[in-house]
Amino acid sequence: MRDNRSTRFAFQLGAVVLALGIATLALLAAGAQPIQAYRNIILGAVGSWDVAANVLVSWVPLLLATSGLLVTFTVGLWNIGIEGQITLGAIFTTWALRSLQSSAMDPALVIILAVLAGMAGGALWAMFAGALKTFGGVNEIFGGLGLNFVATALNLWLIFGPWKRPGVASMSGTLPFERALWMPIAAGSSRLTPMTLIIAVIAILAVYAMIEGTYFGLRLKAVGKNQKSAYILGIPTWQHMMSSFAICGVFAGLAGAVQVTSVYHRLIPSISSGYGYMGLMVAMLVGYKASIAAPVALFFAALNVGSIQLPIVMKLDSSLAGVLQGTLVLFVILGQGARGRLLKKAKVRT
Amino acid sequence: MRNVSRIFLMLLIAVVVGSAAFAQSAPPAAGSNLTIGLVMVGPYNDHGWSQANYDGIQYVLAKVPGTKLVYIDKANSADRPGTTVSQLGESLVAQGAKLVVFSSDDMTDEAIKFAQDHKDIFVVLTSGSQQWKDGKDYKPLPNMINVMGRMEYMKMVAGVAAAMTTKTGKIGFLGPLINDETRRLAASAYLGAKYAWVNYLKKDAKDLQFKVTWIGFWFNIPGVTSDPTQVADDFFNTGFDVVISGIDTTEAVAEAAKYQAQGKTVWAVPYDYAKAIDEGKGVSLGVPYFNWGPAYSAVVTSAMKGTWKSHWEWNAPDWKNINNPDTSAVGFKKGTLSKAASDGVDTFVGELGKGLNLWKGPLNTQDGKPYLKAGTVATDQQVWYLPQLLEGMQGQSVSK
Repeated sequence: MRDNRSTRFAFQLGAVVLALGIATLALLAAGAQPIQAYRNIILGAVGSWDVAANVLVSWVPLLLATSGLLVTFTVGLWNIGIEGQITLGAIFTTWALRSLQSSAMDPALVIILAVLAGMAGGALWAMFAGALKTFGGVNEIFGGLGLNFVATALNLWLIFGPWKRPGVASMSGTLPFERALWMPIAAGSSRLTPMTLIIAVIAILAVYAMIEGTYFGLRLKAVGKNQKSAYILGIPTWQHMMSSFAICGVFAGLAGAVQVTSVYHRLIPSISSGYGYMGLMVAMLVGYKASIAAPVALFFAALNVGSIQLPIVMKLDSSLAGVLQGTLVLFVILGQGARGRLLKKAKVRT
Repeated sequence: MRNVSRIFLMLLIAVVVGSAAFAQSAPPAAGSNLTIGLVMVGPYNDHGWSQANYDGIQYVLAKVPGTKLVYIDKANSADRPGTTVSQLGESLVAQGAKLVVFSSDDMTDEAIKFAQDHKDIFVVLTSGSQQWKDGKDYKPLPNMINVMGRMEYMKMVAGVAAAMTTKTGKIGFLGPLINDETRRLAASAYLGAKYAWVNYLKKDAKDLQFKVTWIGFWFNIPGVTSDPTQVADDFFNTGFDVVISGIDTTEAVAEAAKYQAQGKTVWAVPYDYAKAIDEGKGVSLGVPYFNWGPAYSAVVTSAMKGTWKSHWEWNAPDWKNINNPDTSAVGFKKGTLSKAASDGVDTFVGELGKGLNLWKGPLNTQDGKPYLKAGTVATDQQVWYLPQLLEGMQGQSVSK
């Protein structure tokens, strides 16, 4: 077997077919018509301008999270703590909006400052995970998980405590901000904000350019490939790891800021919406390559939004989207492993 | 030329006035066919609040010809991450819904956003008060109606059943989150319990212990709320032998059944849904429940006939028969009650029907300050916006 584009494609196609097969079996087990279910998901994602806009709304924070993760993956770090970084981004954004909402400042400037605060919040939380890894010897997976719990607890405490609605602690979150403090919504849409789309596109392009086209990106790759060798070659490894955490945190914080300023318009308990974990799946699925992250993230967002049709139209649970996403990632990784083994065997024979 | 200018001016005035009138009016009559969209906060079959709402719409489908239903349940950010409630409402509109019921107070922000964004859709926000002109949160929206039942009465009945049953004199109230609604419902249960304790059992009010523990939401969200199973266990393990549930799910009954199977004499009172009484035979004293069918039928019919008018309604029970499915907005189904307790409940319901009002002074709030002076009857505003629990109740009054 040869390692070329067609074999890679064949393995990826096989993974997609297997994932669809598992999802189809799950549908059949639930007594549902698979074709009808897939049709409903597609219609629910692209059947009208409104639902397509919802897909884009979901795509923005997912792509931002993925963009950040591509940077940490480049240096070989599993930034599981991204969920907490999104949450901290949302908290810092909310804090800035609350602090400035009564000021005489132009609302547009308030939004910009709030978004910047969110980016700072995300970066700060990521740097904690980085510091735990670099200076405390705590694996970033465990450190990140712990920080996720702390971020969730902090978020809940703020919503049910200091930032609660007057007299009410509500799961629906803090009081919504005035419309003037919402990101401007596109005409004809209930929630699509063109500005966030631009931000997401710039983010993934910037990450691509940084990793593929800069000396800094090259050094990140070197650290990711072999930390010891990179160090011997004079690359300051821990500084690059901390930098990658900080950059990822900035993007995660931005995702949190988007959730507050353009999706929920307030801080809610599950403000990260699981986009961090989903971003991990997207990053793994694209083989940590920024060039194809955007369309794959769009596909995941479409699955998420489209699957809402399942309970409405077919009385099925919408978690099928999660089954499909999870199995897809699993089979792609399995495929990569299997391909690697087969290639090794082929090499040994020759 | 002057004529042309005049016609232009009149046309301009007509357009401006017409637009203003359109902006201020309800959507046009839906006609003989109407698809109803229902957004539920929990599962449609939760044996609690969501199922009571679901059954209410099923009643509409049976009684109002030409109606259809599309629904989405578990409409909360924990179960459906990344979605918003208004987005889910729009998904129902895409399936043909012309009237959308947002069936939880927790959906208020999103329901308002939806009503503002979709002026051509009829919106029902259950348990809210935004269309109450005399309310604190009045926000005129021509396409919105608020519907609520006067559950306070049935919580009082639950309190009577609990007081007539308890052997330890310790009644627990498993509360959801703290807001105006939940405070007044917990307080109503306490008022009923105290009334029965003092007037029927002739005991000293000081010997009645009534404790409220809030879990943080209407149902358990692991890692976010307190676990209602744990809270119910805490009550039963500390001498509280009756737990009145104020949450949407049936953990109190399940735990009471578990403890009774272990030989403990404990009881529970479920909430929201009439058939929740079937869950814990032998431990359920009865269930105060909502009967949404008649109110939903009325608002749906008004949308179809073009008589829709934005308003807030707080519907009372039918005192002739509180369990009449066609006329009573709230009811109480009796469960495992002793003869004395059952008689006490019947007597109390009779007294309420004849005008007994427990929201009458002298009543103090939990901090000891006067809430109602002697002889003063609380207004709807005073009851709806109860600022604290009442004196004599244990538990948190305001979220800290």
